Parts: sequence; structure tokens; C-alpha cells
Amino acid sequence: MERPLTQYIHPDGTPRLLGEYVKAGGYRSLHTLAAGIAPQDLQRLVAEAGLRGRGGAGFPTASKWSFVPMGSDAPKPKYIVANADEMEPGTFKDRVLLEGEPHGLVESMIIAGYALEAEVGFIFLRGEYHRSAERLTQAIAEAYAEGYLGKPLPGTTFCFDLHLHASAGRYICGEETALLNALEGKRAIPRAKPPYPQTVGLWGQPTIVQNVETLYNLPQIVNHGSAWYHGLSRSKDGGTKIYGISGRVTHPGWWELPLGTTARELLEQHAGGMFNGVSFRGLLPGGASTAFLTQEHLDLPMDYSSIPPQVGRLGTGTMIVLDDQTCPVGFVLNLEKFFARESCGWCTPCREGLPWVARILESFEEGLATDDDLALLEMHAKVLGPGHTFCALAPGAMAPLQSALKYFRDDFERHISLGRCPWSNKPTQLRVLV
Amino acid sequence: MLTDTERRELEEALKHYPDKRAGAIDALLIVQRRRRWISDDSLLDIAQFLGMTGEDVDSIATFYNLIFRKPVGRHMAFICDSISCWIMGYEQVRAQIQKSYEIELGQTTRDGRLTFLPIACLGHCERAPAMMIDQDLYGNVTPEKVETIVEKYE
Ligand SMILES: Cc1cc2nc3c(=O)[nH]c(=O)nc-3n(C[C@H](O)[C@H](O)[C@H](O)COP(=O)(O)O)c2cc1C
Ligand code: SF4
Ligand code: FES
Repeated sequence: MERPLTQYIHPDGTPRLLGEYVKAGGYRSLHTLAAGIAPQDLQRLVAEAGLRGRGGAGFPTASKWSFVPMGSDAPKPKYIVANADEMEPGTFKDRVLLEGEPHGLVESMIIAGYALEAEVGFIFLRGEYHRSAERLTQAIAEAYAEGYLGKPLPGTTFCFDLHLHASAGRYICGEETALLNALEGKRAIPRAKPPYPQTVGLWGQPTIVQNVETLYNLPQIVNHGSAWYHGLSRSKDGGTKIYGISGRVTHPGWWELPLGTTARELLEQHAGGMFNGVSFRGLLPGGASTAFLTQEHLDLPMDYSSIPPQVGRLGTGTMIVLDDQTCPVGFVLNLEKFFARESCGWCTPCREGLPWVARILESFEEGLATDDDLALLEMHAKVLGPGHTFCALAPGAMAPLQSALKYFRDDFERHISLGRCPWSNKPTQLRVLV
Repeated sequence: MLTDTERRELEEALKHYPDKRAGAIDALLIVQRRRRWISDDSLLDIAQFLGMTGEDVDSIATFYNLIFRKPVGRHMAFICDSISCWIMGYEQVRAQIQKSYEIELGQTTRDGRLTFLPIACLGHCERAPAMMIDQDLYGNVTPEKVETIVEKYE
């Protein structure tokens, strides 16, 4: 099985520096660019490859690129931003790449820059990722010294500059327009769309924001072509995916596998099944803002087109497993406390609604909830869902809640009828402070 | 007053941006790296340097999780309280911290050694529960291991 994104990452997690990276074929894609491929042909190649964004929404990368103004009349400068803000609870895939293969991001961003005739790149890195920061800083310096950055590519006029920006925390910084505000040194509050960043982004210039894992696919596509890239996948979307599993499974971890691997295979073969003595109840397929999948969904291919929209979405592909000894209400309470704390506060339904949801869930855990509270949760799941708030944070927060109300309703009802949490041998969770 | 080193670092950071204001977050982080937190005086110095108002810089400083507007301990201990860590025993770890150091998350030990803070998912979920002290990441933390880990930070 091919693992183009992670095959050379050292098992102990130490980074591959320039010499080793180049020896393994690193920066080879730049020869293709230097040989004079037209940016539009590069864009077409990415379209044929069927690359879809790995940051959660799964949007086709080439369609996103198609809105960027091209040619000599296009505004200058244009920007490429790598979204390395990874803060979605349960998600730990970009860190693997950033720490293990820092040059991979530099090479990927040069390609994206070339394809969009964008001359400046920013890596927007989560402030807590100190190890990634250190390694990226070194990789960028090495790439400048080697002339990959800051000088025209041999035989072309294309010259790319790359900067690292360390963020200072807040989940909302990962939302692409909030990220642009954060990069401009402002509060990270989402911007109204349209205009879309592709035409009016960073400092008003055309900008593409792309997830780290998405970008790492670009050198592979350039080096091996779109047919090869499709061949990696078991689904109609191209490529591999870095999947991960956490929770009470035998071997929590990450694996690069064909896109379209089923949840059952991930859980049973790769993660070694559940821990001794606990059984499976459900999982969030990709981070805190995705809906639960249960036993009946385990044979669904984990990709962007096989999970029916009324069931949910893949998200980041890093799964969080719910077992039978963990309270589903407590699970959702933990998630909603996170979302309430991380709301940017810009729009009222999210700012006021999320803490309310967290308090209601707390009353379930404390054994104080009534049937009315169940109805209140239902109501919130609707009014904070898609279309009612300024950005996707609140609807994301409602996805696990709404699906928990569907699949684990009995457990909510048991909290009411028992007047306590059925798993109450656990200490109660901290009170929400928001 | 900003020190010469801080000014130099700030000038360096500003080279990455087309305008000065974009350096506000870098400036706060640069100053905080040595002084541990952002006092009102530091805030005003930064504002002056960037040609912004104090209120403007404060509205940024108070928005971001990793900028501290109150004094903190010599070391920062961040305990992940997100979902995978919660499933794997974050609450027992938190209870141990409360017991060993007689403080709640958000407080500083009496000797000024450590400030304990909750933090969102550290991207270490496969080794949950996780914690980070200063720049060091720890996984599979158990209540028994807490004191041994914390002891390393004087
Ligand atoms: C609240 C919120 C947080 C987000 N956080 C991240 C993040 O940390 N990393 C990321 O790549 N995308 C994140 N996204 C998605 C981005 O807005 C954007 O869709 C993505 O970076 C696009 O990249 P892609 O097309 O390569 O997936 C977040 C979205 C929302 C609404
Ligand atoms: S939905 Fe929440 S996070 Fe998004 S803009 Fe509104 S308040 Fe901010
Ligand atoms: S949930 Fe704690 S490190 Fe991810």
C-alpha cells in the first residue's frame, strides 16, 4: 500500500532535513515547474486528480482555485495561506506532517503559489505547536539558502516568498476568514462572504487558504500524475487520507490509507478493536464538529462522497470513539463546553446559545434535568444549526448534539428518570465558566 | 520601555507584513516571551511602537488564549480538557493537580512556580490525556505521573 504523504517520516518523529528530503525525491516537483508547465495546466492536473480539501469541508481544491484572478491583469500580490491552526478536538493529523516532514509544506506551497501565480505564502501555525514551529523555521531557512525560495525558479520569472506566523490560540482562527483577520493582527472574527477570499482576502488581495494535509498532496500529483493519484484511492475522490483514532481502543494512532477505507477496517484492523472489556457505541468520524456514526455505519467508506449528508460528514478523518462505559451526555457536554468557550462572540445565537446548551447538558449530568430540557436541547440543535449564525462554528457544535439526541436518546431519558448520571461513579465535570 | 532586543525582534517580525498593525500579535508574544505576561505598561509600549491605541492592542491581547494580561508563574502548565483526554481520564489528572498543589486550574502555585491552565486539544489525542509544560508535550499522563513531570520545572 502506498503512503506518499508519510512514507519517509521517521518512526521516532524526528524531522527529515534538507539533504535527506532531497535524496528521497523532495523538491523534484520544482523541476516540472521549471520545465515550463503553464499554471493553468497545473490547475487542470489538480482538477483531474480529484483533490478535495482535508480541512473538514472536503471542498474540491481546483474549483476553489478557479475563482482566483489570473494573468497579467490580476491584482498583485496574491497570497497562499497554509491553515496549520489544527485545534479541532480529536484531530491530530497535520501535526504529524508538520513535525515529520517540514520541507513537504514548503515544497507544496511553492507549487500552489506557482499554480495561482501567487508570490507570497504564509503558514498560519497554531501557537502551541512549538516543535512544528522550530522545524518549519529551519526548513524555511534551508529552502531560502538553497534558492527554492526568494529567487526565481530556474528558467522562469516565478519567485516565491514564505513566512511563518505563530498564532496565539482560539479555535475560531481556523475558520478561513477569521484566520485572515488574525493574520492582519486583528481579533479573529469571521468576515462576511461574499466577497470570497479568492478575490478579496488578506489585505484585500486574492488569497487561497488551504489545509496542511491538502497541500501535501500537491507534490505527489505533480510528480506522478492524476491517474496514479486516483489509483491510490478506493473512492471517487483521489488520494490517501491520514486517518486517526482516539478513545478506548487497543491501539490509538494514525495511519495513511486509501481514501474510502471503511470505519470498521480502521477500528478493527488498524486500531486493534476496542480495549478489553469495553464495547463500541459510536464514533465521531472527524473531530468534534461531526455527527455520530454508529454500528450501522461502520461499513461506509470514509470519504467525502459516501457518507450521506443526512447522516453526517467525514470532517478531518480523525475519529473519536465512544464506548459503553463513557456517558454520551458527558461526552457531548465536554464538546459543547469547548465550543461555548471558543465562540468568538460576534453573533448572539452562538454567543448566548452555546453556553445555554452546555448548562442544560450539565443539568442532565447533575440529575436535575426534566423532559422540558430535552425539548430545549432539540430546539437549540435546530436554531443554532446551519443558516442561523454568522459562521460554521455553531452548526458544527450542533452536529454531535443533534446526532446524540437521535442515537442515544435513551441515555438522556435515563438521566431524567434516574435523577443522576447512570455513569455517575465518575466525578462531575467542571462547571462551565463562560 | 521595549528593550533593544525586543525592538529588534519586532522589526524582524514586521518584515513579513505589508503594514505595522499586523505585527500586533507577534509583538505581544515577543514581549511576553521574556516578561511572562503583558502589563498595562508593556501594552502601551507596544501600542506606541505600532502606532495603535492602547485599547486597540488590549482588544487583541484579551482575545487570544496564549496572551496573559495577569501575572503568571515561572512555568505554564497546560492541561488538555478536550474530548479524547476527557474520555481517557483528564478529570483524574485535574483532581490530582488540585490535591498536590492545592489550586484550581487557572491559578498559580503559592511559590510562583507554575500556573495551571486548561487548554483545547493539543493534537496529542492518541496519547491522551495530554499536557504541555512550557514547550514540552507529555502524553499518557496519569495522576501518579503528574508530580514527577511537574518536579522538573523549578
Ligand atoms: C470554527 C472553524 C474552525 C476551523 N478550523 C480549521 C483548522 O484548524 N484547520 C483547517 O485546515 N481548517 C479549519 N476550518 C476549515 C477552514 O475554514 C477552511 O475550510 C479550510 O482551511 C480550507 O482548506 P481545505 O479546502 O484545504 O480543506 C475551520 C472551520 C471552522 C468553521
Ligand atoms: S457562529 Fe459563533 S464563532 Fe461564528 S461568528 Fe458567530 S459567534 Fe463567532
Ligand atoms: S483531546 Fe486532548 S490532546 Fe486531543
